[in-house]
Amino acid sequence: MLSRTADHLYWMSRYVERAENLARMLDAHYRLSFLPRAPEVLVQGWSATLTSLGMIDEYRQRHQQVSARAALQFLAFDRAHAGSILSCLNRARENAHAVRGTITSELWETLNATYLDSRAFGGNTGNIDVANFVEWVKYRSHLARGVTAGTMLRDEAHHFASIGTFIERADATTRLLEARWRDPGGKGERLITEASEWAVLLRALSAFEVYRKVYRESVTPWRVTELLLLNAEMPRSVHCSLSDLLRNLNAVHHDKSDETERYAGELHARFRYGRLEELCADGVPQFLDQVQRRLNGLADRIGADFLVAGHLG
Amino acid sequence: MATMPFDEMHDAGGAPRPHCRTYLEWLRRQPAELLAAKRTEADALFHRVGITFAVYGEEAGAERLIPFDIVPRVLPAAEWEQLAAGLRQRVRALNAFIADIYHGQDILRAGRVPADYLLCNSQYRPEMQGIEVPGGIYAHIAGIDVVRADDGAFYVLEDNLRVPSGVSYMLENRKMMMRLFPDLFAQHATESVEHYPDVLLENLKSVAPQGVTDPKVMLLTPGAFNSAYFEHAFLAQQMGIELVEGQDLFIRDDYLFARTTSGPQRVDVVYRRIDDDFLDPLAFRSDSMLGVPGLLTAYRAGHVTIANAIGTGIADDKSIYPYVPEMIRFYLGEAPLLANVQTWILRREEDLAYVLAHLPELVVKEVHGAGGYGMLIGPASSKAQIEAFRLKILAAPERYIAQPTLALSTSPTFTESGLAPRHIDLRPFVLSGREITIVPGGLTRVALREGSLVVNSSQGGGTKDTWVLGA
Repeated sequence: MLSRTADHLYWMSRYVERAENLARMLDAHYRLSFLPRAPEVLVQGWSATLTSLGMIDEYRQRHQQVSARAALQFLAFDRAHAGSILSCLNRARENAHAVRGTITSELWETLNATYLDSRAFGGNTGNIDVANFVEWVKYRSHLARGVTAGTMLRDEAHHFASIGTFIERADATTRLLEARWRDPGGKGERLITEASEWAVLLRALSAFEVYRKVYRESVTPWRVTELLLLNAEMPRSVHCSLSDLLRNLNAVHHDKSDETERYAGELHARFRYGRLEELCADGVPQFLDQVQRRLNGLADRIGADFLVAGHLG
Repeated sequence: MATMPFDEMHDAGGAPRPHCRTYLEWLRRQPAELLAAKRTEADALFHRVGITFAVYGEEAGAERLIPFDIVPRVLPAAEWEQLAAGLRQRVRALNAFIADIYHGQDILRAGRVPADYLLCNSQYRPEMQGIEVPGGIYAHIAGIDVVRADDGAFYVLEDNLRVPSGVSYMLENRKMMMRLFPDLFAQHATESVEHYPDVLLENLKSVAPQGVTDPKVMLLTPGAFNSAYFEHAFLAQQMGIELVEGQDLFIRDDYLFARTTSGPQRVDVVYRRIDDDFLDPLAFRSDSMLGVPGLLTAYRAGHVTIANAIGTGIADDKSIYPYVPEMIRFYLGEAPLLANVQTWILRREEDLAYVLAHLPELVVKEVHGAGGYGMLIGPASSKAQIEAFRLKILAAPERYIAQPTLALSTSPTFTESGLAPRHIDLRPFVLSGREITIVPGGLTRVALREGSLVVNSSQGGGTKDTWVLGA
C-alpha cells in the first residue's frame, strides 16, 4: 500500500476518534454543570481540560478568560480552531476524500454525510443543545467505525485505520483522566460531590455500568483510574487500546519496523503487567504525562516507519 | 439557422420515434410529483456520494454537482453500430497518424498535411521522435465528441486524445437511473456499460512493456484538488488499482517505483490524468510538483508504459482536426464513415476572408482552447461582441478556426418550466490496446439554458444517461 494512502487512512480515523473523545469531554462538563458546585469550580474544570488537551495557550489567544460558554465554542464549533470537533470532522473527511478509492463507498459516504450535516451546527450559539450535539458526534463516530468493521477488507488499509483509532483513543483516555485529576473540583465540599464527579467521568466514557459490573462498589478516584488504565476488557481503557493497537501494528510488520513494535510492546507491557500503585508512584498526573509522551514517541515512529516512507530513500 | 434541430425522441411531425415509444409512454404515465421527487432524490444522492467537481476560481475546495437530467438519451442499436464503426475507424487512423508523425512522417512528405502545422505546434513533442511504444498505440483512451445535425447525421466535433474525462458520469448516471427507475430497465433492453473499468484495465495491461507478465497498473492524479479528482478516485477504485500522486512515485535506475508501506514497488503502466507539461519536471515544465522527475527517461527506455502516450496532443489539436478524414484515406485507404464538421482554418487567407465576412453565422474557436472558453458563437452574440472578437482574430488569425453554427440535436429535458427540448452532444469512449473496444454508450451532455449550444459543465451544462438499445 502507498505510504501516503496509509497516512491518510491513519489520520482519517484519528480525527474521527478525536472528535468523539472531545464530545465525551464536553459531555463530562455538561454533566458536571448539574452538580451542586460553585461557578468558579466549574471554570477550574474547564481550565484543567484545556490544559490537559494542550490547548490552553491557543485558547487564551482567542478568549480573555475561561468561561464555560467560550470553552464550549472553542472546543466544539470554532472552525478557525484546528482542534475543534467540527474541524476534526472536516479533516477526517478531507483525509477520506484523498483515499476514497481505497476505502469502501459506504465509509466515504458516511464521513462525507457527517461533514455535510455538521455544517448545520455552530452558527449562532444562542441556545446550544449540548447533549444533542454530543450524541450526534458519538453516533456519527460509532457509525463510521461500524461501517469500517462491516464493509472494509481486513487488509493493510484496515490496519492503518485501526492504528489511528487506537493510538488516539489511548491518548484521549489519559487526557480525560488527567483533566479529572487536575481539576480540584468540589473536593472537600461534600464527600458525595467527589464521587459524583468521578461518576460523571465514567458516564462520559460510557463506562459507568462497566464500573459497576467490574467492581460492585462505590465510585472512587483510584478505582476509576485503574479501570480506565489497566482493565484489559474495557474498550476505552489504555490497556485495551494498546492491545488493539499492537495487534494491528504486528499485522503490518516489515523488516525495518522491529524497533517500533518493541517500543509499542514495551509500553503495552506496563499496562498488561504493571500495578497501579507502582506505575503512579510519583502521582497519577505525572504518570499520565509520561504515557502521553510515550504515545507521541510511538506515533512518530509509526510515521517514520510506514507513513512518510523516509526509510525507503 | 432557420432549420429545425433534430429531435432525438420525436420525428418532424411530433410523433414519438419508434425506439422511444415505450419510454415516452412510460413518461406520460408518471405523476409530476413523483418525477419531481426523483429529481430531488438524485441531487441528494449525488451530493452524498460526493460526485462533485471542483470549480476553479471559486472559494478553495468549492464543490458543485453537475446537473443530472432524469430523461435518458436513447439510441437505437442500428444507429449505434454505424456510429461505433465510424469511431473505430477514426481512432485507428489517429493512432496511425501519431505513430507516423513520431517516426517516418510519411503523411507530411506526401503533402497531405502541411508540415509546419505540426512541427511548429506546441503539442508536438520532439522527445517522442523515434520512440517505440507497445503495440504502436498512443491514444489508448479517446473521447470523441459527436453531435447530430439537423440532417440527422452524426458529425465529429472534436477528438480528445490527451486525458479525456467524463466516463465516471457515464457509469454513475446509469447507476443513478437504475436506482431511481428500476422498472424502466425491465421494459428496455439497454446495453450495459458497467464493465467499462474491466475493459479499461485489460486494455491498459495489454500495452504493458514487453516481457512484463503481471503488469502493475497505477492511476496518476494531480491530487484531490483537481476538478476531475472524483473520476480519478472512482476509476482507480473500480479497477482495483492504486491512485497515486507524483510524490508517491520515484525513478531508480530508469525504472518507476511507488513508495509503499513495505518498500518500493515497481510500476509498469501509468494511466495518467496529468497533462504532458506536468509529467516530468526534468523534461517538461520544471515548476511542476505533480509529476515524477526522470519519468521520461524511464519511458524512453521502454521500462514503463504511459497511457495516453506523451505527445498525443498533436492529433487532437483543432488545427489538425480538419485533416482527420485525409488521415483515414491515407493510412487505411478507406472512405471516412463519420464526417467532420466543415472547418475554416483562419491562417489560410481565403478562409480568413470568408469567415470575417460571415462572423454572425459562424462559431469561432481558439485552436488550443478547451472547455467552451474563448469562443465566439456568432448567432448568439451582439454586434459589439462580434466586433471585439474580429479584432482578436485579426491580431492572430492562426490561433482560430471557424465552423458553421450547427443546430445540435435536442432531447426532451426537465427544466424550470417543465419538459422542454435542449441541445445535446455525445462523448463515447474508445479504448485502443490489442484491439479497439467501445462500451455501448457514452456521456451525453446537455445545454440546460434554452437555446444554448454550449454543453460544457463549466458553462452550465448538465448530463444524461445514454442508452443504447439492444438489437
